[in-house]
Amino acid sequence: MSTPAREALDRHATPWLLATALATTAPHVIHQPLWLSALAGVMLLWASWLWWKDERLPGRWLIVLLVGAGSAGILIEFRTLFGRDAGVAMLVMFMTMKLLELKSRRDAMVVVTLGYFLLLTHYFYSQSIPTGLWLLAAMWLVTATLIRLHGGPGNPMRATLSYAGLLCLQAIPFMLVLYLLFPRISGPLWGLPSDAHAGTTGLSDTMSPGSIAQLAQSADIAFRVRFDGAVPPKQKLYWRGPVMEQFDSTTWRPYEGRPPAPNLEIISPPIRYETTLEAHNQRWLLALDAPAELPSDFGLNSQLTVTKRQAITERQRFRLSASLDYRFNTAEDPAVLQRNLALPVGSNPDARALASQWRSNSAPEAIVSKALALFANEFTYTLRPPLLGRNGVDEFLFQTRRGFCEHYAAAFVVLMRNAGIPARVVGGYQGGEYNPLDGYLVVRQSDAHAWAEIWLDGQGWVRIDPTAAVSPSRIETGIADALPFGEPLPALVQWRSEWVRTLRYRWEAINNAWNQNILGYDPQRQRELLARLGLPDTDWRNLAIALGAACGLLVTGLMGWTLYQRPSHDPVTRLWHKALRHLARRQVNCAPWETPLDLARRVREQRPELAESFQPVVDAYLLARYGTDHSLKTLRDAVAQLRR
Amino acid sequence: MLKHTLSALAGRPRPFDAILEQAGRIILGKDHEIRLAIACLLANGHLLIEDLPGMGKTTLSHALARLLGLQFSRIQFTSDLLPADITGVSIFERDKSEFRFLPGPVFAQLVLADEINRATPKTQSALLEAMEEGQVTAEGQTRQLPTPFFVIATQNPAHQIGTFPLPESQLDRFLMRLELGYPDRAAERALLAAGGQRAQADKLMPLLNANDLPAFQQEAAATHAADPLIDYVQAVVEATRQNPAFQHGLSPRAGLALLAAARAWAWLAGRDMVLPDDVQAVLPAVARHRLRSAQGGGYAQAEDIAALVRSIAIP
Repeated sequence: MSTPAREALDRHATPWLLATALATTAPHVIHQPLWLSALAGVMLLWASWLWWKDERLPGRWLIVLLVGAGSAGILIEFRTLFGRDAGVAMLVMFMTMKLLELKSRRDAMVVVTLGYFLLLTHYFYSQSIPTGLWLLAAMWLVTATLIRLHGGPGNPMRATLSYAGLLCLQAIPFMLVLYLLFPRISGPLWGLPSDAHAGTTGLSDTMSPGSIAQLAQSADIAFRVRFDGAVPPKQKLYWRGPVMEQFDSTTWRPYEGRPPAPNLEIISPPIRYETTLEAHNQRWLLALDAPAELPSDFGLNSQLTVTKRQAITERQRFRLSASLDYRFNTAEDPAVLQRNLALPVGSNPDARALASQWRSNSAPEAIVSKALALFANEFTYTLRPPLLGRNGVDEFLFQTRRGFCEHYAAAFVVLMRNAGIPARVVGGYQGGEYNPLDGYLVVRQSDAHAWAEIWLDGQGWVRIDPTAAVSPSRIETGIADALPFGEPLPALVQWRSEWVRTLRYRWEAINNAWNQNILGYDPQRQRELLARLGLPDTDWRNLAIALGAACGLLVTGLMGWTLYQRPSHDPVTRLWHKALRHLARRQVNCAPWETPLDLARRVREQRPELAESFQPVVDAYLLARYGTDHSLKTLRDAVAQLRR
Repeated sequence: MLKHTLSALAGRPRPFDAILEQAGRIILGKDHEIRLAIACLLANGHLLIEDLPGMGKTTLSHALARLLGLQFSRIQFTSDLLPADITGVSIFERDKSEFRFLPGPVFAQLVLADEINRATPKTQSALLEAMEEGQVTAEGQTRQLPTPFFVIATQNPAHQIGTFPLPESQLDRFLMRLELGYPDRAAERALLAAGGQRAQADKLMPLLNANDLPAFQQEAAATHAADPLIDYVQAVVEATRQNPAFQHGLSPRAGLALLAAARAWAWLAGRDMVLPDDVQAVLPAVARHRLRSAQGGGYAQAEDIAALVRSIAIP
């Protein structure tokens, strides 16, 4: 039996299907294994060539062989055929191979369905604005292809595209309703458990020479801050991360024990701000020194780092306040001071000798200024310091004299400890870039920094930034000005041309708005929105009801609008449509361009049992509508006769 | 096309059924084209038949002239044909010492202009003026042509060397353009069995008096076209202007021609109202030579016209 689904595919539909396959698979090239992209590309080109030359499609056995080989490749590459990456790879392979067996309408429908499904898979990898735009356009194309398959060759391309566009536009209200009302899950909307947090970069909780210099080469955003008032001067913006007290002659680590609460004395009035922290897989929140108020479920440890119980694995927003002038732990536990004087035995003898000279006859403040004066001479600030050996601090201080902030902080702390002043390294970020367009301060990985903290009697822990002595501009204006040209800074940070900067500000402002408002729409904000709409306590049941009601309203509204658009107030037309509906219920559909006589003829041929009652309707309708006789009675009677 | 009779719609006797039937015996298997040709004459329009030699163009013209009782003349167009060969010349009569006008072959009720594209544009335009104005101007004097006055022009599309194809503005003068095409198997077999049809055409008896025709034309032109039908014609004309398959759309004059042809078609079917079916039936013959295909620039493709019809909803 020949059903419509088995109909042969008309040749001119193939380019649409090829375009659909290309549009729905192409962005996967970014993360797919190269061989798979190459295979998919070859399949696409092959299918296009076969179409162009009007050649026969390859035989079934060849396709089976190709699918077998492709699946084996995926199995070897991913060690599974399931899960996100392998599953998507399988879909891409199926999509491109299906193009080689486009024989019937049914095959074409498989391509379209697969296309719609593939659209979804892109969100597993990216939810950025370009991805969204691409997928919208691809959805338009897939829909147009579907319309093309049903509309036949008669419709010109422009009509097909505009019809598909109209359909997509009509879907927008539903998209909005689903977006706003569909129950939200906390956590990344599309991320899957195994890979949601893979590959996030950020400050680590240990520091060794070169670790921050490496981080500073990334332009990724660490967090964004919006101050309630004016942005404080840059040299005061120290975002505190881990505090490292333990040194094993190469690496600095935090103290492992559980320290008591700090004794913080706030001097200047607190500044309120909101920070949007990117996922960094660590427990600390990079708060501005010194934190005055904390978000709930965060704690402050004795080293002034704001931490949480669990690692932060998704982009989150917090409200905080900070006091830029403060004093803390003026009465410090002697054990802590002891810990901050400890040095590995026998390491860095030259530094020890130098510090001992200072120690003999000076007050702590004088020792600090001697050390800073040492850095201010003859030292170079660079992202590409030479490699250091076992006694790294000695080599740095007396031979290479080239380093990034971690070198200076480490060397300074070693000197201080040798001079008998308790000192430690603090990791974090310094500064940030203010975007005047949306008022956000953007802090990037390239703003990663390390500085020192020393304990002075009566003053508590005091921040000393030795980098400021070497390169004051690093603290005052930013890293791009502090480093000589040619250092491997990310281009994004380095460009100083005015319009590039404006363009970048604009793009970041848009991106930030997208992140804050679209992707950041979480259960909390959904609850707030619904509360404002008069649905205070929402569980999934209430949401489902709201969703159903909103969609129902939309459908009713759209239907009303469509009916309003087509005013069939003419009673003749109304009766005729009634008759057409009667036929449609009996599986005879009238195309818009089909004349009543053609329809009557078709009914006689296909459904002779309906013809007898339908013919009088046609006669009466034609007379009433196109003739001079406008009496409705005959038509009404004929239509009424249909019902029996 | 509308072979079946709608009981309620066909109340009127149809004098042309006999003509259609008789012509159908001469040109076998071309009932639709014959009906179009007669509709064209009923709508008071001129007809262009374009096809290869030997397809029955001339035979059809002969048959129509005989059946309709029209006075017939034939002009074979050649490259050396002059305007005067069509319109006629004045010759000096020695006996009466005056010029006497000898009317050319155009002074007939049905003129067959055979292979019109072989003549020079100057000669072509002499005929075309006659077609448009219903009069002939020769030697400074304007003479009325007989009524009714029809021109059936034929054209051979295959051999264009040494020919002067009619420009678009003159194609527009023809209400319809037909292609006869090959007969189907059965018709061709009957033709082979029966021998040449041209001789039979000459034996046909007139079924109509030439003087009856204008009355029928008036009746056909009065066929009722309701508002929805006018809407439909307008939608068709507008659709040709927006459809990218054509270089340009139909002119308002073409819209009038379409409606007139549809009226004649409906009248032929015995109806006194025009249906969208009538518009669809005459559309290819009326529109194809007035449109230019966007691809290639020739006449609009039949498939494009079919697609156009499928893009317009019946009001």
